Amino acid sequence: MTMSLYVDIEKDFRSFHLSTRFEAGQGVMGILGASGCGKSMTLRCVAGVVKPDRGKIELDGVTWFDSERGIDLPPQKRRVGLLFQNYALFPNMTVEKNLMAGLRTVEKDKKKARAVVAEMMERFCLTGLERHRPSQLSGGQQQRAALARILLTKPGLLMLDEPFSALDGYLRWKLEMELMDILRGFSGTTLFVSHSRDEIYRICDRVCVMDNGKSTPVAPVKTMFEEPKTLAACMLSGCKNYSGAEADVKKNGEEQGDGWVWAKDWGVSLNCRRRVPENITHIGVRSHYIHLISGDLRKDTQNVMECRIRRIVEDVFNMVVMVSSVNAVSDSSNAWLRLEMPKEQWEAYKEIASGKVGDRIRVRIDPQDILLLTS
Amino acid sequence: MDWYPLYNSLRIALISSVIVFFTGIFAAYYIARLNRVVKGILDVILTLPMVLPPTVVGYFLLLLLGAKRPVGMWFQEQFGIKLVMTWYSGIFAAAVVAFPLMYRTARGAFESFDETLAYSGQTLGLSNTYIFWRIRMPACRQGILAGAVLSFARALGEYGATSMLAGYTPGRTATISTTVYQLWRTDNEALAFQWVVVNVMISAVVLLTVNMLEEKNRKERR
Repeated sequence: MTMSLYVDIEKDFRSFHLSTRFEAGQGVMGILGASGCGKSMTLRCVAGVVKPDRGKIELDGVTWFDSERGIDLPPQKRRVGLLFQNYALFPNMTVEKNLMAGLRTVEKDKKKARAVVAEMMERFCLTGLERHRPSQLSGGQQQRAALARILLTKPGLLMLDEPFSALDGYLRWKLEMELMDILRGFSGTTLFVSHSRDEIYRICDRVCVMDNGKSTPVAPVKTMFEEPKTLAACMLSGCKNYSGAEADVKKNGEEQGDGWVWAKDWGVSLNCRRRVPENITHIGVRSHYIHLISGDLRKDTQNVMECRIRRIVEDVFNMVVMVSSVNAVSDSSNAWLRLEMPKEQWEAYKEIASGKVGDRIRVRIDPQDILLLTS
Repeated sequence: MDWYPLYNSLRIALISSVIVFFTGIFAAYYIARLNRVVKGILDVILTLPMVLPPTVVGYFLLLLLGAKRPVGMWFQEQFGIKLVMTWYSGIFAAAVVAFPLMYRTARGAFESFDETLAYSGQTLGLSNTYIFWRIRMPACRQGILAGAVLSFARALGEYGATSMLAGYTPGRTATISTTVYQLWRTDNEALAFQWVVVNVMISAVVLLTVNMLEEKNRKERR
C-alpha cells in the first residue's frame, strides 16, 4: 500500500487565519512560503502538538484528526517524526540519552536499545559523542543527532521544518547533500518546509505554496517554477517583475485576436502567443528574460518597450539594471523593471550605446517568457 | 538562651516551603495553560498575599480558620483540633504569604521554557508525565530552586500574619520574629539583639544561595 497523507485544516488566530489543504504521497513534498505564512503551524497541527479548529487529517486511511467526528489522536500515537528548526534536543541529557529517549517506547530492553542506538550513532557519524551535551555539538552534529533520534522511532511520516535555517553557507550545502541521502533511504512521505525556493527545487518532487495562511494546490516542482499560476507562487519562485494585466483584444479599435495582454503598470501591449485566461490579473517576467536591444534593429518591434535607466547596481557576478517604461502611467513600484545580465554583456552594450542613469534604453520580452498569473 | 524560637521558626519555614513548593509549581504549570481572562483573575488572587500587609492576610485567615469560623469549627468538630493559637498555625500564615514567591518564580521559569522541547518529546512518543519530570523540570531547575529558597526565606521572616494566627506563647508558638518584638517590648534589648544577629545570619546565607543559583543559571544558558 502506498503512503498517503491527507490534510484539510483550519485554525483561527487573533490576526491570522490558517487554512491548509493538500495531499501528499510517497516522496518529498515541499511547503514553500515566506516566514510567518503558517508553514510551521501546519506541521505542528499534523504532528498533533497543536490542535486545529476544524478539519481532517488522515494518513493511509487512518484518521488522526476529525473535528466533526470528535477524533484527535494524541501526538504520541501518530508516529510522526518532526525535525524542529532548532532541532529540540533535550539540553539536560547527553547525546546518547537523547537517542535512548526516542527509543524508550519502542524498545523496552535497555541492553538491546543501547545496541540499536550505538549502531544508529555510527550510521550518523556521531560515534564518540555519546557523553556530550547537545550544546557541545556543532550545528551539523546537532542536526544529525536530532534526525537519528527521530528515525529510531520508525516514523510513518517525516516532517522537516526549515532544517538548514540555523546554519550558514558552506555547511548548509554539505548538510543538504547528507539529508538528501537520508531522505532517499526513507520509504514514507516526507514534508519539507522552507522559505528558500532553491532548497525546495533541489530537494522536493512536489510543492505546495502557502501565502498568508492559505495553501495553493499541490504541483510538481518543475511546473511550479516554470509555469507558476498565481502571483504568490510566482513571487516565491523568485520572479521579480510584475505588472497588473488584462486580456487585450482590441488594438487601435481593430481586433488583434487572442494572445495579447495589456500590461497596465508598464503601459504596453504584449503578445504572449497563447490563450490568455479570463481571470488574469498580473503578468510576470523573470529578470534574466528581459533582453537589451542594442542598435536600431527595425525587425525587433514586437514586445519592445521604450524605457529609461533608473538605477545600475553591480552584483557579485551580475549587473542589475533597473529601468522604467516611458509609457508607464504612474511611478508605482511595479512600473520599474529589473534586468539582470552577466557583467560582460553590460560592458558590450555600453560599447555601442550610452548606459547611464537617465538614458533611454529599449528592451524586448519574448512571448513565451511572459507568465500569465491570477491572484 | 532558650533556642525554642529558632527551632519553631525553622520547622514552620521548612514545612510551609515544602507545601508551597508543590502547590506553587502545580499552580504555575496549570494556570499558564488557561485562557487569558481566567488566568488574569487567578493570577491576581494568587499574587495578592505578596503585596497585601501581612496583617490583612492574617485577618482573612482568621476569618476562615478562627475557632468560631467555618473551617476552624469543622476541624474542631471532626478531629477535635484547633487551627489557631498553636505552633502549626504559623505554617498556614507562612505558607500563604510565601506562596506567591514560589508561584511567580516557577511561572517565570516555565514561561522561558522552550515549548518545542515538549513538542518534540510528544512526537517521539514520550508520555506527558515523563516530559514534565525529565525534560521540563530539569530545564527549569535553577528558577524553581531559586523560588524555593526565596519562599523559605520569606516564610522564615513572617511576622504579621503569624502573630495574629499563632500569637506569642513562649515555648509554644514563639518564633524568632515574634520573640524579637516581645523582647524589645519588654526592654530586653540585649537578648533581642542576639536574635536579630541569628536572623540576619540565616537570611544572608539564604540570599547567598539564591545568588549562586542565579549565577549558575546564567552560565548554563550561555
